This record gives sequence, C-alpha cells and structure tokens, in this order.
Amino acid sequence: MTGRLEGKVVVISGGARGQGRAHAVGFAREGAAIAICDVPRDILTVRYPLGTAADMATTKAMVEEAGGRCLTAEANVASPKEMDAFAADVMAAFGRVDVAIANAGISGGAESLATTTVLDWQETIDINLSGVWFFLQPLIPHMINGGRGGSIIITSSAAGLKAVGGGVAYTAAKHGVVGVMRALAHELAPYSIRVNTVHPTGVATPMVQNDWFRQRLRESTALVNARNLLHVPLIDPEDVANAMIWLASDDARYVTGVTLPVDAGFLAR
Amino acid sequence: MTTETVSRAPLAAGKVALITGAARGQGRAHAIALAGEGARIIAVDICGQIETVRYEMSTSDDLATTGKLVRQAGGQIVTSTADVRSLTDMQDAVKVGLQEFGRLDIVIANAGIGSGGRSTLRLTEQEWDDVLAVNLGGAFRTLKATVPAIKEGGRGGSIVLIGSTAGLRGMRGIGHYSAAKHGLVGLAKTMAIELADDNIRVNCLHPTGVRTPLAMSPLVQQWAAKSPPAQVRNLLPVDLLDPQDISNAIRWLVSDHARYITGISLPVDAGFTL
Repeated sequence: MTGRLEGKVVVISGGARGQGRAHAVGFAREGAAIAICDVPRDILTVRYPLGTAADMATTKAMVEEAGGRCLTAEANVASPKEMDAFAADVMAAFGRVDVAIANAGISGGAESLATTTVLDWQETIDINLSGVWFFLQPLIPHMINGGRGGSIIITSSAAGLKAVGGGVAYTAAKHGVVGVMRALAHELAPYSIRVNTVHPTGVATPMVQNDWFRQRLRESTALVNARNLLHVPLIDPEDVANAMIWLASDDARYVTGVTLPVDAGFLAR
Repeated sequence: MTTETVSRAPLAAGKVALITGAARGQGRAHAIALAGEGARIIAVDICGQIETVRYEMSTSDDLATTGKLVRQAGGQIVTSTADVRSLTDMQDAVKVGLQEFGRLDIVIANAGIGSGGRSTLRLTEQEWDDVLAVNLGGAFRTLKATVPAIKEGGRGGSIVLIGSTAGLRGMRGIGHYSAAKHGLVGLAKTMAIELADDNIRVNCLHPTGVRTPLAMSPLVQQWAAKSPPAQVRNLLPVDLLDPQDISNAIRWLVSDHARYITGISLPVDAGFTL
C-alpha cells in the first residue's frame, strides 16, 4: 500500500502525546519518516502534568508499529539553540525536511487580565508564539534547499480567530501565529512551500482532560458557554491529524495562506 | 494529477451525491472523483444557454459525456437536465435520483455563470439578475430541494457551496458575481447553524481560476488580460488550477476525515486571497 506521504520527512514539535502523537502516527501510516521533539520537564506556569520521556518513547513505539522510522529529541521550542540542534539532528538522521508541524503549545495558567502575571504572559508567548518561529526557522532553509516544495502547518486554535473570553496571553499567541503563517506563506510561495494554520476546537488531549482544566470549566462562564455547533464536546486528536495529512498531501497542493478551522462549527455559532 | 491512485478505503462508499453544473468543467471532475470514492452520482445541469452569458454554456451532449465518463470509471450515475433557478426542476431531479438510489448524503452546489467584466455600474439589470439568480438563488433552491432528502436519511450529510476568490474579496468589473459569491458564505454559515442538529455539515469552498470552459472563454481571458496583476495573480507559481485540485478538496471535505468541519470558508486558491 502506498501512502499519500511516502518517502517524506515530517518534523513535529510537541510529539510526546496528545495531538502531536496523533500526527506522528497518522503521518507514519501514510509512509512518512517522523521526527518529534518535546520538553519532558515542568514549565512553571503550567498547572497540569506535561508529557514525559516515557510518553515520547511510547509515541516512537507507535510510529514504528505503524511502519515508520522515528527520531526523538528532548528539546524546548522556546530555545533557539535547542531548535537549531534539533534541526541538525533531523538532517543528520533523514537528510531532508518536507513537512513541518508546529504543534507544541501550552495552556497557560491565568484566566483573566487581573490574574495574568508577567511570567504567565512570558511563558505562553515564549512557547506558543516565539516557539513556533524558533521551531520553523532552522528547518525552512532545508526545505528550500531540497527544491521539492513543502508544507508548513501551525496549530493555532479557535481562540486564534476569535476571543473566547479569558486567556489573554493564549489568545494573543494563537492570533499571533496567524501572522507568522501569512508572512511565511508570502515569502515561501516562490519555492512552492505552502504555509497554513489549523484551528481546532477543544480536543480530547491531556491539555484539557485534567483536574486543572475541569476546575477552570467550573469557574468560567465564558468557557461553559463555549459550545460546538455539532453535537460533540471534544473532537479526537485524529480529527486534527486528518486535516494535517490532507493539507500536507498533494491533494492540497495549491492550498496556502489558509486558516482552517477544525472546530465542529464553534466559530460559525 | 489523477484521483485514480487511491490505495486506501474509498471515502464515500455507499453514499449518494448530487452535483449541479455537472455537464463539464469542475462539476464533471467532482462527479468522476466522488464516483471514484464509491458514491453514486445524481448529475444536474441546465444544458442550455442564458441570454446574458456571452460564452457557450453546456449542452445535453456534455452531460451525457459526464455520464459516460462516470460509468467508464465503474461508477453509477443518473443525469437530469434541470435549471437551478427552478425549484420544481430541482425537486424533479432529486425525485429521479431518489427513485434510482434511494438516499442522498452529499450535495455540491457548483452551478455558476459569469458575465460583465468592464465596470460594475455598466452591468445591465438583466446581467445582475441572471448572475444572482443562478449563482446565489440557484444554491438556495438546490438546498431547498435536497436537504429534506438528506434529513430523511437520518445519517447526517455534507453540503459544499462553490464560492470563489471573488466570494472573499472585491473584483473589478464583476460586482454581481462577487456579491453572489459573498452571499454564498452567508448562506453556508446560516445553514451550518440550522442543520448542525441533524449532523449535516455545510461549507463554502473558494477556488481561484480553474482550467474550465468558463475560465478559458474569451470573456474571462480578456478580463484577466486587462486587469492589474494583483487582481489576477496567484501567490504560488501556477496560473490556473486543474478541476481535479478542487475535487481533491471536496473528496476530503465531504468525507469522515472532515467529520467535524462545518460553517467554514475554505480557499483553494494558491494563495490568491492572502
């Protein structure tokens, strides 16, 4: 069976679990080789458990089970130095980059303007906005030099197109990556490198399926009222992966500069 | 680029898809592509001329050719000559399709015409009325005729309205076309709200220029030649997309791979609207 991404190299940030893991396994099933990075240690303002080294090993095993090779790296998207090293590792292992998925993100702790500390703001912007750029920057020259075009996909959020109420740093960062996408889509179009964002509604991942987020849901009227049009409270990580795979494939060879909601109608409400 | 290389499970097995404007161009490509995914096809076209349209519209021979191509590819199809401006035409076409296939799951409101091109204020009233009647009113009548059958099945469904890059921004000389295509966005978003409880998804797809009889007509070619580059140039190095590029978005959008996508506007436009 020939996959839609046979022979391609797909690099994914935040691949230890959740959506990043679904992308790694989904792309491997389509014939791609996978490289993932994640940061299996605590981040100060994150009040839910993050991925672990064991989670990353599980993703690797699942990718191999799906027939793909998998490079793993402990590296933080907020560190340009670590991202440079990760890109070098990817090139050493696979020799090319075809698809880059900027998926790593955190749901910062603060709910309102009043409770957002400098550190809350800084860590969320560092990882969810700057981290997207630091992840992509060292990979892009390899995509250009490959001369085969490519696909860059940034995981934004429904909160990247509309304010949901609360989470000022998160909303700012997720809107910010749309600007990153649009600027890159312009700059990389001559190389046939396509750049798009995906905007999921709530996804069934450890980022929302935890005690801290359940507590937030109990306390925030805005979040409680935020409902999808279609009758599904949380979509599956695989639903986002299916959008990513279509966007990265030749079936979407002329799709660039697009903000693609995968949101069960959340934004159309 | 072909759609025949799929080695995975078909994306629309057992489903029935109605496509308007299916005699040629994009509609024909969608019929062949969705049949390739296992769908049975109800193909509808006007097969005739509208007076204010200054390029040759489709014929019944064209629609018959779509039928032949779908059958050659191993698909099942019924064809009906119907004008999307007529609700009874559309209801009759749905009736014929249901008699043959017994259900309806997917609707592609693709029928559209173009005219004008020099100056919006120089459009005749008839040019305005015809473009609005076909491109926007036709989509409404298509929904009115088809949605009851999708609801009746109780299995949900997927509807795609074919907009245009002119449905996302203004375009010199074709204010009627741009207004109609913008109107489809409002219709899609509203229907997404009204039909969500029945798990029927409604989305709008916005192609840039596609290699079809409309885009290749002297009318559009002259309009493109006279327009400033920024009005007609794609960001990616490609002048016109193939109809199959639009089909490839539709195959995905109507499938379970996009089961939670509704109420969106999806450009397939090589970066044109960016």
